[in-house]
Amino acid sequence: MIEIENLDVRYGRTHVVRNVSLSVGAGESFALVGESGSGKSTILKALAGQAPSWTGRLALAGEPIEHRRTPSLARRVQMVFQDPYGSLHPRRTVDDTLAEPLSIHGIGERDRRVLAMLDAVGLAARFRFRLPHQLSGGQRQRVAIARALMLEPPILLLDEPTSALDVSVQAEILNLLKTLRAERRLTYLLVTHDLPVAAFLCDRLAVLRAGEIVETAPIADLRAHQLRSAYGRELVSLSLGGSSRGHASP
Amino acid sequence: MSALIEVENLRVRFPGDHGPTDVVRGISFSLGRERLGIVGESGSGKSMTGRALMGLVPAPGRAIADRMVFDGIDLARLDERGFRRLRGARLSMVLQDPKFSLNPVIRIGEQIGEALAFHSRASRRERRRRVLDVLAAVRIDDPERVYRLFPHEVSGGMGQRVMIAMMVVLEPDVMIADEPTSALDVSVRAQVLEIMDDLVRRRGMGLVLISHDLEMVARWCDRVLVMYDGRIVEECAAGRLAEATHPYTKGLLASTPHLDDARELLPVLDRGALGASR
Repeated sequence: MIEIENLDVRYGRTHVVRNVSLSVGAGESFALVGESGSGKSTILKALAGQAPSWTGRLALAGEPIEHRRTPSLARRVQMVFQDPYGSLHPRRTVDDTLAEPLSIHGIGERDRRVLAMLDAVGLAARFRFRLPHQLSGGQRQRVAIARALMLEPPILLLDEPTSALDVSVQAEILNLLKTLRAERRLTYLLVTHDLPVAAFLCDRLAVLRAGEIVETAPIADLRAHQLRSAYGRELVSLSLGGSSRGHASP
Repeated sequence: MSALIEVENLRVRFPGDHGPTDVVRGISFSLGRERLGIVGESGSGKSMTGRALMGLVPAPGRAIADRMVFDGIDLARLDERGFRRLRGARLSMVLQDPKFSLNPVIRIGEQIGEALAFHSRASRRERRRRVLDVLAAVRIDDPERVYRLFPHEVSGGMGQRVMIAMMVVLEPDVMIADEPTSALDVSVRAQVLEIMDDLVRRRGMGLVLISHDLEMVARWCDRVLVMYDGRIVEECAAGRLAEATHPYTKGLLASTPHLDDARELLPVLDRGALGASR
């Protein structure tokens, strides 16, 4: 469903993604984990048509991707961002936000589709004409997920979708993402620095460092604390609350 | 243990269209030369509690308390001038993101030295020496070089170490750290916490660590207060968090995913049952 071959991304002289290749099957959920500057978000941007200069080969749902956003790309893939405060237009109601993709793509039955989607993400119909500032952080993230699903794309790119949320709200959104994926046979590519979130939501992961994949592993290896690379093991130990001392840097 | 800070019935009140709202609703606690954690989610009042101790509740809000005493000084009745004498020198605060807490156009060394110039009569040379010492104390390998850098030239973890250096250069009695590591990468978090921990122990300071992260607070503190909806709902020794009894604390612990978690779905807090005021 997602094919990445020899992806390189440079911003000026900075080489942010180095020769990354990976393949995610239909219905699979794949995590890119790493720290800031590892290039994980840049890979998502390239897939979403938002990184201007990359080389390599990218394909989503069997079709290659160009270097810009096209209507066909929008129907194949949508993105959910970290901060629901920044990703929703502050002066548009929930209804405007959800109906806009339908009108751009000339899709009818807008009322029915908007109501059905609100229901699918667990928002009552009374939220339909609210503005973002009248919603809580968790409700906003539900709207952002609903917006991403309006065109019924088979693939969602999730960029730290719960790291700006409180733990108890994070649990609600993680449950929602897991349920939606099962119900709609969605393919997820999740970017996160939070290993337990990757373990909860994904089947496989790639560990990134300085723009390169250092390891690809099934989630079972992560859960069993059995990543192979030294850096992967260091991240696991930090996530378990170990001290930063006494670990060899790879 | 003699208390450094004693707080009785603290409220932080904001005026509103429908009368005043209390975001902190009558809490009492004390702080000794120990590491005290305050945990809670957004809106719990944890940050406002920290700000009340520093006299930094933003207007039009204000802090009201029956008693709020720091080393014999009545903070509940202290004016801005009085607070300015305490802040930095005896009470200091580390905030979440060094990018927003450091002045972008002043070199790091001069920025740290400013606090010394304000609170002490140290000579220029003496100030410089003390700044270099404190940079070394937060484990910056090359203090001379970092002294001359501007904030944008250092990483997030280094920036936060600089913030901590600035906060401890005057050897305060109490450090209040509000989400000091939330903006940092995991690999840097542990380092920053170790540095803080080390300083607090070696200099016998009191630390208030405010965070949303229950597990982090449990790991780095001696005692934990759990806040929900402006109140302290639970107080326990950090090592005994697993035995927490309040439904909010238990709910929070249960809703956190773990690495070796086999749960299909996570349990969700029942806010209605917790009786939130808002």
